[in-house]
Amino acid sequence: MSLTAKNKDTIRTFWAKVSSNAEAIGADALSRMLVVYPQTKTYFSHWKDLSPGSAPVKKHGATVMAGVADAVAKIDNLTAGLLNLSELHAFTLRVDPANFKILSHNILVVLAIMFPSDFTPEVHVAMDKFLSAVALALSEKYR
Amino acid sequence: MVEWTDFERATIQEIFSKIDSGVVGPAAISRCLIVYPWTQRYFGSFGNLYNAAAITSNPKVAAHGKVVIAGLEKALKNMDDIKNTYKDLSVLHSEKLRVDPDNFNLLADCLTIVVASQMGQAFTADVQAAFQKFLAVVVASLRKQYH
Repeated sequence: MSLTAKNKDTIRTFWAKVSSNAEAIGADALSRMLVVYPQTKTYFSHWKDLSPGSAPVKKHGATVMAGVADAVAKIDNLTAGLLNLSELHAFTLRVDPANFKILSHNILVVLAIMFPSDFTPEVHVAMDKFLSAVALALSEKYR
Repeated sequence: MVEWTDFERATIQEIFSKIDSGVVGPAAISRCLIVYPWTQRYFGSFGNLYNAAAITSNPKVAAHGKVVIAGLEKALKNMDDIKNTYKDLSVLHSEKLRVDPDNFNLLADCLTIVVASQMGQAFTADVQAAFQKFLAVVVASLRKQYH
């Protein structure tokens, strides 16, 4: 399910609209993930505070969205572009790739809440494909 | 037996009283058919599903969206025994409609997103957790009679 030229245009246009809110999007998506899918908390046992909107959650949400922004810029070759991030997730963080889908879902929920009229079905399918492609690129070095 | 907290019961009832079910049902089904186009395999008799505009304006799709919401409202009224409430619906989806049950999760995700966009900031993380738990129980009940 690779990204068509039309998908990429849709993604770039939508990202240009929402990117100024990237940190807020990341913080909310991560907060939701930790509440709605409590098993994901197991990756963050080193944080003092896992509650929605806490300092470590906000900081990490910003980190994640910086990665998403990078992926948008490298949308024409995600596998090559995200190689370092893939190595990080594969060898150091060892996040089970099933969790990429969980975080992606929560990012989409936040986008629907923050941009209800812009997050049309066409934008939704393009963003869902994009986040799946990012997850695939992040999984590249796992085995 | 599913255990519901007071917060979960109240929240789920509130969600259904707040949302416009005439809008949410059709919006969720059409979003599902657009975002996960392989789900269109179950709607061969619905006519024109060629593109997003056709799907969104298709009256059969809209009518079916309302049927789905009516089904959810049945679960809402019987939260302590959704499994039995859905016995016949489960047999229907498995034996007659032959829907791959993994599709239930796809529709559930679309419902979550449509409800989120309708409720805005009121759809907090705790509200989302309660709603997704409700949908998970609904999906598990619909899967129950598949063998």
